[in-house]
Amino acid sequence: MTYDTTNRMPKDAALSVQDVDKTFTLHLQDSHQLPVLRGMTFDVPRGACVVLGGESGAGKSTVMKMVFGSYGANSGRILLSHQGSVMDLVTAEPRQVLAARRETIGYVSQFLRAVPRVPALDVVAEPLIERGVERAVARERAGELLARLSIPERLWKLPPATFSGGEQQRVNIARGFIIERPLLLLDEPTASLDARNRGVVIDLIRESLGHGTGMLAIFHDADVREAVADLTVDVQSFTAVREEVLA
Amino acid sequence: MSGPRIVYNEGYLDEQTKRVVRRALLKGVAIPGFQVPFASREVPMPRGWGTGGVQLTASVIGPADTLKVIDQGADDTTNAVSIRAFFEKVAGAASTTRTDHATIIQTRHRIPETPLTEKQIVVYQVPIPEPLRFLEPRETETRRLHALEEYGLMYVKLYEDIAKYGHIAKTYDYPVLVNGRYVMAPSPIPSFDNPKMHQSPALQLFGAGREKRIYAIPPYTDVESLGFDDFPFEPQRFDQPCEICESTEVYLDEVLIDDHGGVMFVCSDTDHCERTLTAREHDHITEVNA
Amino acid sequence: MNDETPLLSVTGASHRYGDRYGCRDVSFDLWPGEVLAVVGESGSGKTTLLGMLAQRLALDEGSIRYRTARQNVAGGAREDLLDLSTLSEREVRRLWRTDWGFVHQNAADGLRMHVSAGGNVGEPLMANGWRHFGQIRAEAEEWLRRVEIPTDRMDDAPTLFSGGMRQRVQVARNLVFGPRLVFMDEPTSGLDVSVQARLLDLIRSLVSELGLAVVIVTHDLAVARLISHRTLVMKDGAVIESGLTDRVLDDPQAAYTQLLVSSILQG
Repeated sequence: MTYDTTNRMPKDAALSVQDVDKTFTLHLQDSHQLPVLRGMTFDVPRGACVVLGGESGAGKSTVMKMVFGSYGANSGRILLSHQGSVMDLVTAEPRQVLAARRETIGYVSQFLRAVPRVPALDVVAEPLIERGVERAVARERAGELLARLSIPERLWKLPPATFSGGEQQRVNIARGFIIERPLLLLDEPTASLDARNRGVVIDLIRESLGHGTGMLAIFHDADVREAVADLTVDVQSFTAVREEVLA
Repeated sequence: MSGPRIVYNEGYLDEQTKRVVRRALLKGVAIPGFQVPFASREVPMPRGWGTGGVQLTASVIGPADTLKVIDQGADDTTNAVSIRAFFEKVAGAASTTRTDHATIIQTRHRIPETPLTEKQIVVYQVPIPEPLRFLEPRETETRRLHALEEYGLMYVKLYEDIAKYGHIAKTYDYPVLVNGRYVMAPSPIPSFDNPKMHQSPALQLFGAGREKRIYAIPPYTDVESLGFDDFPFEPQRFDQPCEICESTEVYLDEVLIDDHGGVMFVCSDTDHCERTLTAREHDHITEVNA
Repeated sequence: MNDETPLLSVTGASHRYGDRYGCRDVSFDLWPGEVLAVVGESGSGKTTLLGMLAQRLALDEGSIRYRTARQNVAGGAREDLLDLSTLSEREVRRLWRTDWGFVHQNAADGLRMHVSAGGNVGEPLMANGWRHFGQIRAEAEEWLRRVEIPTDRMDDAPTLFSGGMRQRVQVARNLVFGPRLVFMDEPTSGLDVSVQARLLDLIRSLVSELGLAVVIVTHDLAVARLISHRTLVMKDGAVIESGLTDRVLDDPQAAYTQLLVSSILQG
C-alpha cells in the first residue's frame, strides 16, 4: 500500500476531510484561477448522515466529486476508512480509488448513468452479482427494492434508458442501496420524487444508517434533510473568496 | 554428317545446375516435408507443365536408369510421351510404361497402383507447393508458420469443408503431416493415393519449377493425412471394379463412350489395367488349355 | 505473484520515425481487469503507442514487460514480469495465441473475410491445438451467440455481414481462446452511432465478465468514458495527462485536455 496511514483518522469516522483546497485552472480563459474551496474540513462518523449545506454554487457538488474521486484536490487530505486501513483519496493511485469505489464508497447521483440494453432488474442487481451473490437471489432482492420504490413489475425487464426521469432516479436509488458500503454519497437523490417515494428513500437511508453506514448527502428537499440529517456542514464557510485571490 | 547436330550435356542441365538441385534435394531429404528454395532453370517446356519434375529427373537420371512418365495415370498422353522421349535423347536412359520396370517414375496427378520398391524414385510435378497458400497469401508468413509449427490455419480449410458439406470435400492435393513435423502439399494427386505415401519404400521427390521449391519424403517415413478427431481423413472409395480389367481397390476414371452420355469406369493407371487384363487373359487361356 | 504486480508494465517507451519521435517516454502499468483508454487526436501518437505494445513497431527506447511464465524452464509455472524484447519470436507468438487479442479498427484486418464466421472464431482454438470438429464448432457457436450473431449465420463469410456484425465476429475471435489482455484500435469508429453503442456495451459487459485487461485507443472521449477505468491523454507523441477516466474528463488539468473535453463533450 502506498497511501499514507500515519494520518490522524478520527475514531469511528467513515470519512475525514481535512484542510482541502480546490482551485480550478481555466486554461481556455488565460489560465484563470477559480478557487472554490479553502481549508475544507469535516468528518463523516459511521452511522451518521452529514448533509452539505450552502447556496447553489457554494461547491457542494465539488466536495462530493472530490470524495468520490472524480475531481482532484489541490491540497489537504481526504481520508477514507477502507478495509481496515486508511486511504488518502487525494494521493491514492487510480487503481486504489477504483478499489475504494468497489468496496467502500457507494454513490447515488441525481441521474442514472444509463447502461444501454440492460434490463432495470439487472441494473439494480449488478452490484450484488459483482459481489458474488447468485444471480437469481440478486434479482429477487432487486425486485423487492424496485417494488418498494413503486416501479411497476412490467418495467423490470426493460432498459431504464426508456424510463421517465423519476423512474430512472428510483432505479438509481435501488442500485445504490442494494448493497451496503461503509460510505454512501447521496447527490440529490430525491430531486424529482413524489412524497410517497421520498418517504421510501428516507426509510432506506435510516435503515442503512442503522447498519452503520456513514453518509454524505446533498438534499434539495427540506423535509428529507430534516428527517435524516445528523450534522450539517456549511460549505459556504469554506468557500474561497474570489476577489481576495484576484487581488 | 554422323552424330547429332547439338550435343546435350547428360540430363540436359549443366553440371553446376544439377549440383544446385542435388544439394537442395539432400536438404529436402534431411528435413522431410520442408520446402527448399532452389534456382529453377529454363527447360524446353513452359512453366506449369512439369518443369520442376523435369529438373529433378534431369538431376538424378543416368544412362543406367529406366524412366516411366505418367500424366493422370496414363503413359500415353502427349506430355508423358514427350518427357520420356526427351530423357531418352538427353540422358541416354531407357524408358518404359511398366511401373515394375522403372527406376524413376515422374508423375503428375497419380501414384501408380503397383506397389513401389526401395529401388525406385518417384518424382512429383508440383504446381503449388505451399499447402497454406490459399488461406495465407504472404510467403513470409507461411514460412514463419512452418518454422514455428503453427498449423491451426490448415485445419481452418478442413473446418470450412465440414461446415459446408458435412465432410472434408478436398479430394486432391490433400494436406499431409510428414514425419510428425512439416505440413506438406502432396501435389494434386487424389486423396485416394495419400495412403501410398505413408511408409513408402521408394524415395519421393517433389519439384515446383514455377514456384522454385523442392521437397522430399525419404523412404519409410510417416505421412499422415490431416483430419479432426471426429472427422478423420478418409480416402476416396469406388464401389465398382474397373470395367476393363475388373480390378477393385483402384482409382477409376469416368470415360465417356458415346454421344448419348454413356460412361464407363476404368482404371486411371493404364499400365496396371493392361497388365491385369493380360494376366487375366493368360489365366483364362491356361484354364482353357488345361 | 500477487495483486501488486501489474499484468503489463510500460516504462519510457518511445518510437522514432527517422529523427522525429512518433511516441515518446510513455510509462504506465496495467492490472488485470483494468480498461485503459488512450485518447488523442490523429497524429497524437496513440496508434504508434499501440503499435509498440503489439510489437508491430520497434521499441526504440524504454521497456515493455508482461507478466508471464517463461517457457521451457523447469517448473515454468512461476510468473514474472518479462521484458518482451528478451522473448523469442516463438514465445511472443505463443502469447498472441494464448494471452493477447487485438481488435482492429477495420474488421478486414482482423478477420479472414472469405472464411465463415464459425471458421474465423474457431481458428484460434485450432491454433491452440483443438482437433475435435464438434467441440470447435460448439465453442465457436457459443461465442457467436455471446456477440449476438444469429446461429444460422455461422457458416456465412464476413463479406456478407454488416460492419457491426463484422466487428462482433472480430471480438468473438479475439476472446474465444481466453486472453488476459486485449488491444483495441478504434473498434467502433467505422460504425453508425446506434451500432457503436451496441458494440461498446457488448465489449463493456464481456470485458467486465471476463476480467480482461484492455488497452483501447480512441479519439472519442465518449467511448473512453463508457468503457474505460483509466485514461491516457496523448498529444504530439507524449502523454500529457493520465488518471481515472472520470477525473480526466470531469476535472482535466492540462490545457489541451480541457480543450479536448470542451470541444468534444459539449452538446
